[in-house]
Amino acid sequence: MSAKFEPIIGRYMHLELSGRAHRVYVEEAGEGTPLLCLHTAGADGRQYRGLMNDPRVTRNHRVIAFDMPWHGKSSPPQGWHDEEYQLTSTQYTAMILAVIDALELDKPIVIGCSIGGRIALHLALEHPERFRAIIGLQAGAHVDPYYDLNFLHRPDVHGGEVAAAIVSGLVGPDAPDSERWETLWHYMQGGPGVFKGDLYFYKIDGDIRARVAEIDTRRCPLFLLSGEYDYSCTPAETLAVANSIAGCEATIMKGLGHFPMSENPGEFLQHLLPVLEKIGGR
Amino acid sequence: MIEMLKERVNGDAGLVRRGRYLTTTFLLEIGKTAWLIAIHEGRIVAVTQGPFVMPSSSFALRTSDEEWDRFCELRPPPGSNDLMALIKRRVLKAEGELQIFMANLRYFKEALGKLRREGAAA
Repeated sequence: MSAKFEPIIGRYMHLELSGRAHRVYVEEAGEGTPLLCLHTAGADGRQYRGLMNDPRVTRNHRVIAFDMPWHGKSSPPQGWHDEEYQLTSTQYTAMILAVIDALELDKPIVIGCSIGGRIALHLALEHPERFRAIIGLQAGAHVDPYYDLNFLHRPDVHGGEVAAAIVSGLVGPDAPDSERWETLWHYMQGGPGVFKGDLYFYKIDGDIRARVAEIDTRRCPLFLLSGEYDYSCTPAETLAVANSIAGCEATIMKGLGHFPMSENPGEFLQHLLPVLEKIGGR
Repeated sequence: MIEMLKERVNGDAGLVRRGRYLTTTFLLEIGKTAWLIAIHEGRIVAVTQGPFVMPSSSFALRTSDEEWDRFCELRPPPGSNDLMALIKRRVLKAEGELQIFMANLRYFKEALGKLRREGAAA
């Protein structure tokens, strides 16, 4: 019996971020318009395995997902062991632009979920000229903390177990069991304090409520897709953002939760493919 | 109905195994009724209905009858499908020594999920 391989190729890229050397893991599949994928807090690029394995996406898109430093197979920078990881809007934006430059991507489409959806709004506001289109999944302008984030990183609570248990209810009820638990496994594998450090951006530093209405979709089209069962970024919060931006298109995806591309790729693609088609036709 | 918890949790070997380092008593208050639920090494050993004069528990979960009813539906609506969803909407209060609750969050979600109409997982 011969091995059955997926079409995904993974490599390690060396690049400087915030003045420090980093080793960043990048996966890609397909050819065509670059589609840069941003994973959620405390997870990694494996969340986009469904897109990378679907010929309807890869036959005309070069789908690329990188693990942010500290996540997945990307290491933290040297000296990490004495630091507290905290993601900021400035670092996050610079990281995405650095990856685009390093890979020489010409006006990619960017798709980001949760923290990736939030930074997508920042990119739409501050760097619209760099993108062909921006797709925000589970994108809201702000989320108030609803539990004590310190529980995510303390020695008497297992960080991976608690991270997965916190987000488990964010998976929609129709997710196939295999994809649900694959999604949660990524959370269980997160490094100590990393999910918490990402949430610093999501719940504190990345608040874009005051500026989100300034996004100009004539400079770059903006699409928002949110799962019905997400109580972290609720459909109401996504619709509030969409309603404040002229030309922004929003879709609420029935039965899906906070991790649409990972928890239920088949169902998610029903919503994503028409958006990609629309972007391709522009 | 809360009393079913004992049989349903103890009948799930995986859940009991995951809770093997959990020994505690917590208070569940739904509307005006309260229960003390005692757990020993992952097994529910007692579910005692109040009223209580001086209940001792490590932590308490308090919600309303209406919210609990929705949580217990076989397919709860968005916002009612998970303990954290109720907490986010400020309709479930978690109070007390929450380290025990958070360190065993999957256990508590799955255990209380067994109170759903058909006993489906949380």
